[in-house]
Amino acid sequence: MKYAPTLFGLAALVVWEAAVRIIDVPSYLVPGPIAIILAFLAEPTLLLTSLGSTLLVTFAALVVAAALGVALAIAIASNRLLAAAIQPWAVVLQVTPIVAIAPLIIVWVGNPFASLVVCATIVAFFPVFANTAAGLESAPSELADLFRLYGASRSTTLRLLRLPAALPYFLAGLRISGGLALVGAVVAEFVAGSGGFASGLAYRILEAGYRLQVPRMFAALVLLSLAGIAINFGLGAFGTFILRRRGDA
Amino acid sequence: MLHISQLGRRFGAVEALRDVSLTINAGDFVALLGPSGCGKSTLLRLIAGLEHADAGDLTWDAGHQPKSGEIGFVFQDATLLPWASAADNVYLPLRLAGAARTEAMPRVWEALHRVGLAGFEAASPRQLSGGMRMRVSIARALVTRPRLLLMDEPFAALDEFTRNKLQEDLLALWQELGCTVVFVTHSIYEAAFLARRIVLMTPRPGRIDHELASPLHPGAEARLDPAYAALVAQIMRDLQQALTA
Repeated sequence: MKYAPTLFGLAALVVWEAAVRIIDVPSYLVPGPIAIILAFLAEPTLLLTSLGSTLLVTFAALVVAAALGVALAIAIASNRLLAAAIQPWAVVLQVTPIVAIAPLIIVWVGNPFASLVVCATIVAFFPVFANTAAGLESAPSELADLFRLYGASRSTTLRLLRLPAALPYFLAGLRISGGLALVGAVVAEFVAGSGGFASGLAYRILEAGYRLQVPRMFAALVLLSLAGIAINFGLGAFGTFILRRRGDA
Repeated sequence: MLHISQLGRRFGAVEALRDVSLTINAGDFVALLGPSGCGKSTLLRLIAGLEHADAGDLTWDAGHQPKSGEIGFVFQDATLLPWASAADNVYLPLRLAGAARTEAMPRVWEALHRVGLAGFEAASPRQLSGGMRMRVSIARALVTRPRLLLMDEPFAALDEFTRNKLQEDLLALWQELGCTVVFVTHSIYEAAFLARRIVLMTPRPGRIDHELASPLHPGAEARLDPAYAALVAQIMRDLQQALTA
């Protein structure tokens, strides 16, 4: 059971390779796994540098989204008027397609790296914000009563009760935002095209598409998928480590 | 110590309490007994200052008005900080009062020792049984040496063996510390065993029907006293009459 996903993946790769060879599909239409690996090995530095560039944007956006999300969640948890005023507008960020506003952001911000980070931050912001805001409200009302009974100030209650109670929610939101930051970075790179920052993986995909280097395009896609999986598992493991250290998990 | 006079509290259309008058003397062990929805917990929260009354007064005798930390509160659930150790949970009221950790720890250990949890200072709530978590909660309420201990059905969620043991330990603590206890319960047996005064409440709207004085000598052996069975029977009869009136 433990090895089922690996075995299934390997079997799918074997069937894929066999199918393209038997049907004799040209590699510019559907390359087999071996052609994709060879395309990667032909220029590994180029693709890995592009991956590094995309990951730099992703992590910068994740850090900014986490900082903004937590700050705004604390702000709305501390002030009901602010919550009523801001919360509906935060949803706007979630529902606005980044593809539609990315060209505008790229023109407005100017700096290619900063534009990509802003686009990816917009995509990654909502889960970490919404989860942290929910977490700040999650402390049992009896504990909040206890803090009131002992005369705790709002800031003390926030520091000793509400923020620690929000930690598991924040970590769950961060995990979702990690994947979204990568998606946001790639979408922004697509929109920015050659004007993007140091040519990330999305640019390599576009470039390979124009040149009909489909195996390299697939190699870039595989790298993106692996990066997404690594971010998801990495943030999951980080969350488990933090909660276990604290004694909750 | 505390005089409650014609207290009333509404929650929207629901009248939780009407015309409640009660005097609590220093050193009393008072049980507020009644079915769900009779306003027992609301009355306890009003005494704690966690709610405000819509009508009536709560008047403290001169010198008896509790300051911050002089009221201990134990809820139905242990309501511990899940990320903090037993010692850190007990330290919480002292920390909120501004006490440094190193100075507060001897009192924390003493409180844990009093409730029979010496050696469990570093345990997290997840590692403790339901009964042990409730002991931590009681230690947290006692660590500030409160004048008044308010308990809202603290043993309702525990099994019978643990509940009986905690009831006996609570009586011993009350006798040792001499604090005033107001104990909310919907268990006739619990009220009869623990309290010196049993206040019977009726619902919709919540009000005090009457109160009974316990003839029992407080202690574990009271359960075997024929007067205990008689008191339970009397409370049952009185409650039935009050609820059908």
